[in-house]
Amino acid sequence: MSEHDHHHHDHDHSELSETELRVRALESILTEKGYVEAAALDAIVQAYETKIGPHNGARVVAKAWSDPAFKQALLEDATKAVGTLGHVSRVGDHLVAIENTPGRHNMVVCTLCSCYPWEMLGLPPVWYKASPYRSRAVKDPRGVLADFGVSLPKETEIRVWDSTAETRFLVLPMRPAGTEGWSEEQLADLVTRDSMIGTGFPKTPGAPS
Amino acid sequence: MNGVHDMGGMDGFGKVEPEPNEPMFHEEWESRVLAMVRAMGAAGAFNIDASRFYRETLPPQVYLSSSYYKKWFLGLEALLLDKGYISKDDVASGHAVAPAKPLKHGKFSMPDVERIMVRGKFGRPAPAAAKFKAGDRVRAKNIHPATHTRLPRYVRGHVGVVERDHGCHVFPDTVANDAGEHPQWLYTVVFDGRELWGPDSDPTIKVSIDAFEPYLEAV
Repeated sequence: MSEHDHHHHDHDHSELSETELRVRALESILTEKGYVEAAALDAIVQAYETKIGPHNGARVVAKAWSDPAFKQALLEDATKAVGTLGHVSRVGDHLVAIENTPGRHNMVVCTLCSCYPWEMLGLPPVWYKASPYRSRAVKDPRGVLADFGVSLPKETEIRVWDSTAETRFLVLPMRPAGTEGWSEEQLADLVTRDSMIGTGFPKTPGAPS
Repeated sequence: MNGVHDMGGMDGFGKVEPEPNEPMFHEEWESRVLAMVRAMGAAGAFNIDASRFYRETLPPQVYLSSSYYKKWFLGLEALLLDKGYISKDDVASGHAVAPAKPLKHGKFSMPDVERIMVRGKFGRPAPAAAKFKAGDRVRAKNIHPATHTRLPRYVRGHVGVVERDHGCHVFPDTVANDAGEHPQWLYTVVFDGRELWGPDSDPTIKVSIDAFEPYLEAV
């Protein structure tokens, strides 16, 4: 065991883990059977690494902060509204945008697996898919927020959205004060991934990033 | 099924630990597993609910002790074995030794990649009128199917309010078992924290799930 750990930490790729060997074997089987083209698997990985990510969601949020008509359209039908933005990647059906207000904070979880708005935020971080978040978000959201260093006024309503179907939720955080007159590009830089999950806030203007 | 995957409301898992500057993949093999799951699903070997069900049916101790993509790998391998796309001999030798089984949508190749970067469509025409509308009080049924379901345990038996309807969607409970899509109305149903967690709950909490109509009964 300690031998294995030692090799692992040395990144000694000459000694593959059991999981790596099994994954490689399965890939060989699937390509040899003609089920998948190996290059297409490479292309999927590349697409995930380059095309999706929280920059897409950040642009949508910045647009909603800047354009009241777009914001209204987004809250009514987020899939349709995002589809009107040519520079944002295409998005699937049943995307729902949920607006934070001074009286209500929204937070998204998938207690059953890991449902997440990939097209808007990229692949979910490990914590989103792990037991602590999935188990506690629906019962003790304030405690979970404290783990992120986030605290809300005690009277603020916290609404937790459990993604139990093929709907996907994007939190529209509140626009930070002191950003009057900012361009959408400037605003998008303030939008963090966690602010669109509901476990964080946008960055504060002028604060070190 | 009442599995460990259905963990909403459980205690004892500890703090949430965000990783600063987390990489998209921690090991290269994770990206290969993701790609294989996406490709084989798109080729028609299984649907998204079947792939979820095979992860849910991993033994609880395996589910809880495996990393996310390890669960994906174990679920994928079990599913492909079960459906006859691969054989035990293939797995034992690490190569295709048994004949291939035709895939519903054929081989997954380069032109298919762009298509899978947008989520699939799950909305379907309504086979019947909706039973509920926004504002209706409903109870999540006290049901415990042993197969795949998207009704989490922590809401069963509890009363909530329908907030919006999302139209009719493919029904996970049947499609996961290859028993057909049986589209059902889907609603966002909101529960008060105290209804779910008792009088000691933080009174400012509200929790919603998206519930298929067969999960709900009128109050």
